[in-house]
Amino acid sequence: MSTRETHPGSTGGADAPGPLHGGPDDDYTPVQLAALRREELDRLGARYDGVEILHVDPGPEPGSPMEKRAVRQVGWTFALAGVFAFLFLVVYVGSGWFLPEWSWAEEGTTWSALFTPLLGLFMGLSLTLVGAGLVLYTKKLLPHETAVQDKHDGSHFDRVTTSATLLGGYHNSGLPRRKLITRSLGFMGAGVGVMLIAPLGGLINNPSSGNTLGRTAWAEGVRLLRDDGSPVRPGDQEPGSLETVFPAVPGGNRQTDAATMLIRLRPEQVLQDEPREGQEDFSYGDYVAYSKICTHAGCPVSLYEQETGRILCPCHQSQFAVTQGAKPIFGPATRSLPQLPITVDDEGFFVARSDYIEAVGPTYWNRERI
Amino acid sequence: MAARTATAPGAPTTRLGKAALEVDDRLIVAGPLRRTLNKVFPDHWSFLLGEIALYSFMILLLSGTYLTFFYQASMTEVTYDGSYDPLRGVDMSIAYASTLDLSFDVRGGLFMRQLHHWAALMFVAAIVVHLLRIFFTGAFRRPRETNWLIGVVILILALLEGFSGYSLPDDLLSGTGLRIMSAIILAIPVVGTWVHWAVFGGDYIGELIIGRLYIAHVLLIPAILLALIAVHLLILVKQKHTQFPGPGRTEHNVVGNRLFPTFAGKATGLLFVVFGACAALGGLVQINPVWLWGPYNPAQVSAASQPDWYIMWLDGSSRLFPAWDLNLPGDYTIPALFWPTAVLPGIIFTLLLFYPMIERKLTGDTASHHLLQRPRDVPVRTALGMMSIAFYVVLLISGGNDVVAEKFDISLNAMTWAGRIGMVLLPPIVYVLTYRICLGLQQHDREVLEHGIETGVIRRLPHGEFIEVHQPIGPVDEHGHGQLAYGGAPVPKKMNQVGAARRAVRGFFSPVEEPTAVELEQRAEGRGLSAGEADRELTSSGRPAEGGRPSDGGRPQDPRD
Repeated sequence: MSTRETHPGSTGGADAPGPLHGGPDDDYTPVQLAALRREELDRLGARYDGVEILHVDPGPEPGSPMEKRAVRQVGWTFALAGVFAFLFLVVYVGSGWFLPEWSWAEEGTTWSALFTPLLGLFMGLSLTLVGAGLVLYTKKLLPHETAVQDKHDGSHFDRVTTSATLLGGYHNSGLPRRKLITRSLGFMGAGVGVMLIAPLGGLINNPSSGNTLGRTAWAEGVRLLRDDGSPVRPGDQEPGSLETVFPAVPGGNRQTDAATMLIRLRPEQVLQDEPREGQEDFSYGDYVAYSKICTHAGCPVSLYEQETGRILCPCHQSQFAVTQGAKPIFGPATRSLPQLPITVDDEGFFVARSDYIEAVGPTYWNRERI
Repeated sequence: MAARTATAPGAPTTRLGKAALEVDDRLIVAGPLRRTLNKVFPDHWSFLLGEIALYSFMILLLSGTYLTFFYQASMTEVTYDGSYDPLRGVDMSIAYASTLDLSFDVRGGLFMRQLHHWAALMFVAAIVVHLLRIFFTGAFRRPRETNWLIGVVILILALLEGFSGYSLPDDLLSGTGLRIMSAIILAIPVVGTWVHWAVFGGDYIGELIIGRLYIAHVLLIPAILLALIAVHLLILVKQKHTQFPGPGRTEHNVVGNRLFPTFAGKATGLLFVVFGACAALGGLVQINPVWLWGPYNPAQVSAASQPDWYIMWLDGSSRLFPAWDLNLPGDYTIPALFWPTAVLPGIIFTLLLFYPMIERKLTGDTASHHLLQRPRDVPVRTALGMMSIAFYVVLLISGGNDVVAEKFDISLNAMTWAGRIGMVLLPPIVYVLTYRICLGLQQHDREVLEHGIETGVIRRLPHGEFIEVHQPIGPVDEHGHGQLAYGGAPVPKKMNQVGAARRAVRGFFSPVEEPTAVELEQRAEGRGLSAGEADRELTSSGRPAEGGRPSDGGRPQDPRD
């Protein structure tokens, strides 16, 4: 609020403050301030902050029934918050001590089923009551004042003086004239910037090396195993049923792209079956095997509706027709589920005749080229 | 100073005062502290929405730190040997096993996990509602575009934070979410596979992703969020709040309560209420019971797998978008998945980010604004906002269309088609409806200003005509038409809002005031019954030049014919 004059420098810890000190301390001596009442001081300070108190609606009169009532309400609210906090502690500490065991994984008891809800209930009630008490306090017991604060747009004085300081520094640095330094600074900045982020290059891997996207663990002669590791024979399944099978390689049932659905078609479905062109011999008898990984977003398509011969992906509801080469017939998927060519080995168990002839899973930019 | 003025008048005599002096002598905080305490905050409930988001974030930091004491971000396979029977002996990642341990073997761990999850839902919800308030009232206009940009970036980061958070337990549901995320990354044209290899460290799912998501979730994103929230608040303090138009409120002031003690009391109260609500939800309402889903297995999925609500609209868009792969020459493909999951949110968030600039360009309004607008007064913006909400809601419902189909016994394919048609047709319909409603509300405001409030009193004139008596709410001209101009503030439309009814005598079971005392008090105010109420509602122009109260506009006058 005072005009600050230019000054050669501070007196650095000298006893007498320099002329730069200024401000309200020059406007009001301690004696003057001591003569003011507290309310006046409050308003005086507020005025220095651009705030004017327009109107004060005093809280309830001391000793009035209104005040007593509000005090009772606030007091009880806080007290109840404390009670619930204490109850939380009792439940938390006491379980397994003087209360039944809280853990419910072994054998569920009434208490263990109540443990977490009680914690939430008591902590929730306690904290909410603290909040309610504070709000009641401000609403019912504090004076309601209406204050107005000035809002300033940017100051022209500040803009001019600041830019003078900035431009002065820039000018004094001589950078506008010293082109060599400007250029080398730019070169250095680019170089150092790139250098500092370059180590992130460690994240980059070549997706094409090894072609893991286009290949799975299936290969000629690899048996079709159930999740529990047992091989599958023709005749194990009811017609119209579906079984998820995995390649007989170590960890085959945890591989992300090898899961395959082995479906035994019903006799009428065999008659209707229209495999994709060039894949007429991929099935074995009334068995067909399709990749379980959705060609849309990679979810396992695991809902098989026997009646209609449709496979439904639970993630985005793409639907595939098993009798039409697992062609998508509804939903966002665009490609058929890849078909695994299967046959039976010497011991009568299902084996793959080769890997999938196309990439399984979601579509990507250069999928057709792999 | 302290030594010199120790005996001077006004020197502190109490212990606390002396201690305060000692502190201020070293840190010189009295000035800034007074400025802070005196800061004026406008008093309107809708200004608290952003605070709810802030408090949820604080709860998230606290509860999240607690969770890190127990959670281990590792995808190494172990055989579960904890106390949850049904999964004992099952192979799973350490991440999932440690989440189970946190839920079953840590006292109160399940409570904290659920509290954290609920607070996360609350955080995003509060941000979205806060954003809607800012949008519909025009609070983003100059000079607040910067804070709008920061706010939208906070929203986007909150979504990423939420996604990375619910992927961490590595259960079947979150694994399915990750699988879809992997497909979305792969779907990016040209660089998709390269980005996927960079993010996952190879083909899906690899061994790294949980650890990477973890550090993003607990360090990278929260640190950026914290910095952005700090800047958001600093800019807010610097620019001061906006306020709704009303008596004495101008473009150059803020009317309300000072920070201390009124606003601080209310805000702290709200903090505790938000915390209490999250705690109650965390204990009482089960969320994401990961032990029921089982460990992630790429060959399994559960029906009705939905992400958290704030991602669900993107799941909906993926379900609705038609099966349109774009086959380019040279056997290159742009997958159908790319459009609804990358292009659509990209467009939406770009529009959202730059909306203040777009509106500024289209309306040519480059002035600074500190007074808010009522949504009805800006019908185009309001209609655009409602249109976007309609679009969003269609996608949101479609994100759970399998559940809707099942519960209401509707065909799933019909739901998909309803969503496809709805997302195209509904937004324009909502736009037109909103626009008309805004105009209607505007007209009604002006009608009341001109003809007065309907009193419900029917009077018969000497010649037999029946008329309804209207109460003018300001000075009238010789024809009895009100002369108040609309000032952007709510117009009273009921007699009670202009003081037709007396203030009720306080007390719930029994009166705590003397009815006569209330009567006297109201007379003493000398400005008609419930003068305060009338003052608040009425304005001559919305911004009286004197900065005082409007003249006597609020005083009810004798009913006229």
